Amino acid sequence: MAFDYDKYIRPGKLPHIWCPGCGHGIVMKGLIRAIDALSLEKNNTAIVSGIGCASRLPGYMDCCTLHTAHGRAAAFATGVKMARPEMNVILVGGDGDGTAIGGNHFIHACRRNIDMTYIIMNNNIYGMTGGQFSPCTPTGAKASTTPYGNPDPAFDVAKLAIGAGATFVARGTAYHATQIDKLIVEAIQHKGFSVVEILDDCPTTYGRRNKYRSVIEMMNRLKEVAVPVKAAEKMTPEQLEGKILTGVLHKIEKPEYTAEYAKVIERAQAAK
Amino acid sequence: MAKKVAFMQGNEAAAHGALYAGCKFFAGYPITPSTEVAEVMSVELPKVGGKFIQMEDEIGAMAAVIGGALTGQKALTATSGPGLSLKQENIGYACITEVPCVIVNVMRGGPSTGMPTGPSQSDVMCAKWGTHGDHPAICLVPASVQELFEETVRAFNLAEKYRTPVMVMPDEIVGHMRERIVFPEPGELEVIDRAKPTVPPEQYKPYDTQFGDVPPLASFGSDYRFHVTGLNKMADGFPTTKAAVVQAEEERQVRKVEANRADIMKWEEYMVDDAEVVVIAFGSTSRSARFAVNEARKQGIKAGLFRLITFWPFPEERLLEISKKVKAFITPEMNLGMCTGVVKGCIEGNAPVHGIFRVDGEPINPNEILSKMKEVK
Ligand SMILES: Cc1ncc(C[n+]2csc(CCOP(=O)(O)OP(=O)(O)O)c2C)c(N)n1
Ligand code: SF4
Repeated sequence: MAFDYDKYIRPGKLPHIWCPGCGHGIVMKGLIRAIDALSLEKNNTAIVSGIGCASRLPGYMDCCTLHTAHGRAAAFATGVKMARPEMNVILVGGDGDGTAIGGNHFIHACRRNIDMTYIIMNNNIYGMTGGQFSPCTPTGAKASTTPYGNPDPAFDVAKLAIGAGATFVARGTAYHATQIDKLIVEAIQHKGFSVVEILDDCPTTYGRRNKYRSVIEMMNRLKEVAVPVKAAEKMTPEQLEGKILTGVLHKIEKPEYTAEYAKVIERAQAAK
Repeated sequence: MAKKVAFMQGNEAAAHGALYAGCKFFAGYPITPSTEVAEVMSVELPKVGGKFIQMEDEIGAMAAVIGGALTGQKALTATSGPGLSLKQENIGYACITEVPCVIVNVMRGGPSTGMPTGPSQSDVMCAKWGTHGDHPAICLVPASVQELFEETVRAFNLAEKYRTPVMVMPDEIVGHMRERIVFPEPGELEVIDRAKPTVPPEQYKPYDTQFGDVPPLASFGSDYRFHVTGLNKMADGFPTTKAAVVQAEEERQVRKVEANRADIMKWEEYMVDDAEVVVIAFGSTSRSARFAVNEARKQGIKAGLFRLITFWPFPEERLLEISKKVKAFITPEMNLGMCTGVVKGCIEGNAPVHGIFRVDGEPINPNEILSKMKEVK
């Protein structure tokens, strides 16, 4: 039987705003399948986003949903999780939202290791505002504000997350749709701050400018650059040139923030 | 049993007021002269099972406060000048999403980093105009340690009652001075909790005007699921750009405070009835003004004090009334004329308004006010 997405979609809130060929919808379906696989209770699940095309995702989902200010999702979500640690808190958003304006909240959420899952849809561009470059736009690429090619070096979101202290970091692509659910499932199950970077595409504002003639071509690029971490172990540096590792890139155990704060409460109450 | 009496700082009293009101969540970022509020909360909140978090900056702190408040808890942040500027985008977010929360902003010199330890009263316009767009504004300006406690309790009540952020703005002198405070017993001061929905979850709409201008607010993690967005929204919380809905919603958000001015506004009149010269003041400045009024009366000058306790909503109607009977107003304030401008705006030219403005970090002393009284009477 076909999977029943309707159970998690808000009646009457579709069609979504995403353009044909946009990768964000693929990610949403993956998230839904992950939520279903884990049997997360909708009343007890908060989906939080900032601003951008990617950040419109929560509005379509039948959970407790919070569409906040540009870049601030991690901070709003931290408030929700601290106040109600028993809730599942899932963050979604774009690369611009998460690593530019929201970069500070992002790294500090990683550092605290608060038990939330952050899905970053990295389409290398600011889609919603019409294709300005983001911290993830490759050097040399064209954007509406880099008409002569982007002079900025790009962030590696996964490395940034690992460096900042996230205890679970994974990467997938919109081409590898079935992998997305597995990564999200594992991320949500992980106790601590988990980051899932999903490389997706924005045919409308990135593809057009950067000579991708079709959505298929953009998808094929994702297929070609992705190398599973396991496969990469057997590859030479030359073979790995220009490739991007996918799968679970980092997984360690560290004290989780809300659990640590529960101990603070215990100590304070014992001293009273 | 005798009531608990303490000798404490204004900022500490604000924290204790918040706890009295049932605050269970604090998110902040340190900034002088407000840090004692955070420090007391970090000690006291875990004792009552509440949560304290020091965020990476004020933007994050305001965001976390809104997130915490959405789970049904009473939430507080404390800051000062530059921190208030950073919080503004999210304060606007709390306005449009109608999430109750309280911001204690201890006023120091500005703009920018200004004078971190210098007192000031120059954020009162920021309280009303700091965030973009049309929105309601409630701002309380207490003048003593006792009042800072009580007004913080009232700030939570107003936030919960009207589903909106409320600012408490002591100037640095009130925030840092130490005074005797008599703690109210539990139950002695009114404590209001937000209205919760009574409709079945499938019928719940977070902005349903059939319940009046302040619809009940459910909590994340309860039996109710709903959507919250900073975009203009319909009754069910989902975005809309429909002209009529946007217009009606924006008007309702402002009206829920404006139509209840009488309930929210608070001020104190001291010897105003027969006064020829009325000093309008707030915060620490009002304490010098009261001293000056007493001195003036001794010297045969018919002086009075109108002390603002809410700055927003501003008691325009009452001041207009008074303006018909007095010869002059004096408006001492630790800024370059913010209150003075508002007063002039509401008294329709009925009486001259003489400002005394200091932005040098020095308090306004009673003599300055007394000399002005002599000059203008
Ligand atoms: C404070 C603030 N600054 C700027 C904007 C404008 N803005 C809206 S969305 C966006 C970029 C979104 O890009 P990204 O997060 O990469 O998501 P995408 O649209 O590509 O999915 C920007 C800059 C805003 N809404 N708020
Ligand atoms: S503009 Fe780009 S990111 Fe936005 S919906 Fe269209 S394709 Fe997706």
